[in-house]
Amino acid sequence: MDYVPHTEKERREMLMSLGRKSVDELFADIDKRLILKNDLDLPPAMSEPELFRHMLTLSEKNGEALHKRCFLGAGAYNHFCPSVVNHIVSRSEFYTAYTPYQPEVSQGTLQAIFEYQTMIGELVGMDVVNASVYDGASALAEAAIMASDITERDEIVVSSTVHPEYREVVKTYCNAHELKTKEVPYDDGVTDSEKLEEAISEKSAGVFIQNPNFFGSIENVFEIEKVCHERGCLFVLSVVEPTSLGMLKPPGEYGADIVTGEGQSFGNPLNYGGPHLGFVGTKKEHMRHISGRLSGMTVDTKGRRGFVLTLQAREQHIRRERASSNICTNQALNALAATVYLSALGKNGLKELANLCYQKAHYACDKIKEVAGFQPLFKAPFYNEFAVRCPVEPERLNERLLERGIVGGFELGRYYTELKDAMMFCVTENNTKKDIDHLVEALGESGRN
Amino acid sequence: MNEETPQLRYTKEHEWVKVEGDIVTTGITDYAQKQLTDVIFVELPKIGKVVKKGETLAVLESVKAVSDVYSPVSGEVLETNEALVSKPELINRKPHSEGWITKLRVKDSKELDNFMTAREYEDFVEKEK
Repeated sequence: MDYVPHTEKERREMLMSLGRKSVDELFADIDKRLILKNDLDLPPAMSEPELFRHMLTLSEKNGEALHKRCFLGAGAYNHFCPSVVNHIVSRSEFYTAYTPYQPEVSQGTLQAIFEYQTMIGELVGMDVVNASVYDGASALAEAAIMASDITERDEIVVSSTVHPEYREVVKTYCNAHELKTKEVPYDDGVTDSEKLEEAISEKSAGVFIQNPNFFGSIENVFEIEKVCHERGCLFVLSVVEPTSLGMLKPPGEYGADIVTGEGQSFGNPLNYGGPHLGFVGTKKEHMRHISGRLSGMTVDTKGRRGFVLTLQAREQHIRRERASSNICTNQALNALAATVYLSALGKNGLKELANLCYQKAHYACDKIKEVAGFQPLFKAPFYNEFAVRCPVEPERLNERLLERGIVGGFELGRYYTELKDAMMFCVTENNTKKDIDHLVEALGESGRN
Repeated sequence: MNEETPQLRYTKEHEWVKVEGDIVTTGITDYAQKQLTDVIFVELPKIGKVVKKGETLAVLESVKAVSDVYSPVSGEVLETNEALVSKPELINRKPHSEGWITKLRVKDSKELDNFMTAREYEDFVEKEK
């Protein structure tokens, strides 16, 4: 079946009006070598029941995190999502709306975004938080442009303990903005403070740190803050596992100037790596440099409360060419999920959750330490992820774990060539004690050559 | 003009300058502030910034528009009017005095010869209308 709605007659009329004899002639500008000459190699068409069965068979190949014992983190976290989240985000008023920014028709969405900004602002200790961007990586990259605009400097200092994929995105953005990036090595799982001091110059716009960092370790943020501000550059902090904020201080309280992060942990399923949501927050003094949309609370002509987009002059409306960024989109539905999730958990719920993740991860680490050949890689304190040295190749170990229904840890050698024998485990509230014991047992069996 | 401002000189970009030796105080004219309407935010340059004539010196955000303030001379930013951070409305109320924006040290004093007098500026505005 052909899905092109035009009739043969309509096509002839269009070609005639364009002065072309055939569709091929219309595309004559395309290099002949690029044009496909045979039909696509596709299996014959299926009936609906056949297709249904086919898709079902394909979907059964998926390894759904809840069906496995999953110990994989490294930027996407397997947290439990309360049913209320899906219930609210599945309301068609929310999920069918595209770019719902017009205040006349979008009070509900704008209010939800406002609540989201307020909650994230409180968690990270920032005065202003945007309506969200694509993900944690693009959020950090937006911060690079902001930092350069604020300080009028053109160099970004990034710790090698920042998520490797985030660093790639930051570099891509910086390349287009003609900003230089410098990477700082790590020492015992955290940013090397001596090397950091050496890396900062009078050209440095900001120091980019992730906390807890990619290895799960807690950075020496107080020390880093001092070094940053002594040298006149901004302290930019990325929070990739935001449930950690149920236990750790808000970055604003230890002097971060810009806080960005990934909100997936809050009520968003793993979704094969996306869609997720990124947040960007800053202090009031820098609010005109913040990228993305902001929803603000105001009153109408009759004094009634209402919500509108605010500070729009910064981006595409008036000063497009001068804006820090022209990103106008946001991840409204994902941000809504985060908002409902945080409302459901509340202040104490988030604390309890963080405590659960922390305790379970430390229990797992202690147990794994006892398995012959496995050793923690670093001594730095950690939240819910930790790296261990393995007696067998991490790739092989993961294959063996998968055979036992376990999704193992992240193979650090993929990004850190010096860590080819290391694996990083993540433990959340979704991992029961039984799961952890099962993992430890499986490691004992799989860790032998 | 609302305020008595005989010693000021003017630019075609609707800015005024007050020259004292090699120090130039800058601001926008009464006509300019009326065009902008209520100023709600002023983005000031950093002290010590070196600017060329015609480059953006400051940014004014009003309820109607966002406008650049161009540097009337080449030189270095010596001082900015910090009062504008909390009271941007000074630009509307007292554009020629308390609403000043920056003080610059001029690099090339020849640049000071090309400004308009108050009368010349009034004629210029009349023609623009």
